[in-house]
Amino acid sequence: MPDLTAKRRRPLWFNLSPLNLPVPGLVSIFHRVSGLLLFLGLVWFLFLLDMSLSSESGFAHFRSYVGHPIVKVAMLALLWAYLHHFCAGIRYLFLDIDRGVDLSTARRSSYAVLAVSLALTAFLGVKLW
Amino acid sequence: MTKVVVGAHYGLKDWLAQRITAVVMAVCTLIFVAVLLSGGPITYDSWKALFTKGLMGLMPFLTLLFVVSALIHAWIGVRDILMDYIKPTALRLAFEVVTILWLIGCAGWAVRILWRL
Repeated sequence: MPDLTAKRRRPLWFNLSPLNLPVPGLVSIFHRVSGLLLFLGLVWFLFLLDMSLSSESGFAHFRSYVGHPIVKVAMLALLWAYLHHFCAGIRYLFLDIDRGVDLSTARRSSYAVLAVSLALTAFLGVKLW
Repeated sequence: MTKVVVGAHYGLKDWLAQRITAVVMAVCTLIFVAVLLSGGPITYDSWKALFTKGLMGLMPFLTLLFVVSALIHAWIGVRDILMDYIKPTALRLAFEVVTILWLIGCAGWAVRILWRL
């Protein structure tokens, strides 16, 4: 039986939709990603807490451990995840009670969440180290 | 639609629990950050004292409240993610069981860390 379909190659369609993701959508997916990061980082955080509270020498070990550049970068990433989740979460609580649901306010608050969480990460990052 | 959902509060309890635990953790976070930023340089003794008798003895209570809230909050959040991306029921169920056990283990560890002090 002759193949009557697909005589011509159909055009490839590249999915470019992520490039068009509006800012509130970006905040939304970051909220999910940061939440997952925090869940995965939880055990490491407990490991650090355990070390720092175990004993005098454990605390000293903790101090030198968190002084390592790779550890610092990882902690900074988790700090951002926490702060973004925190700021975006507050935004969602307001949306839940119908505050700021119109498009322009929702966009502006999304930009604010991104900016404030990054600024706080920088501020606390500098403050902690 | 083949399945008509009738009745009320499907998932409302979880939705509400997610928000209540979020507010609890947010308040705890602000208190904790305020305490850290207002205090001087942290030594082992001041760090330990913070968790045993900080905030006029309220700190152990707040920490426990935070741990319990985090447990509930993380469970609902991870369950939502699993529902969205893992379609085969058996696999999702397996992930959910692992998540629950993992979170209970983490909470147990947190309690042990604070109990030991």
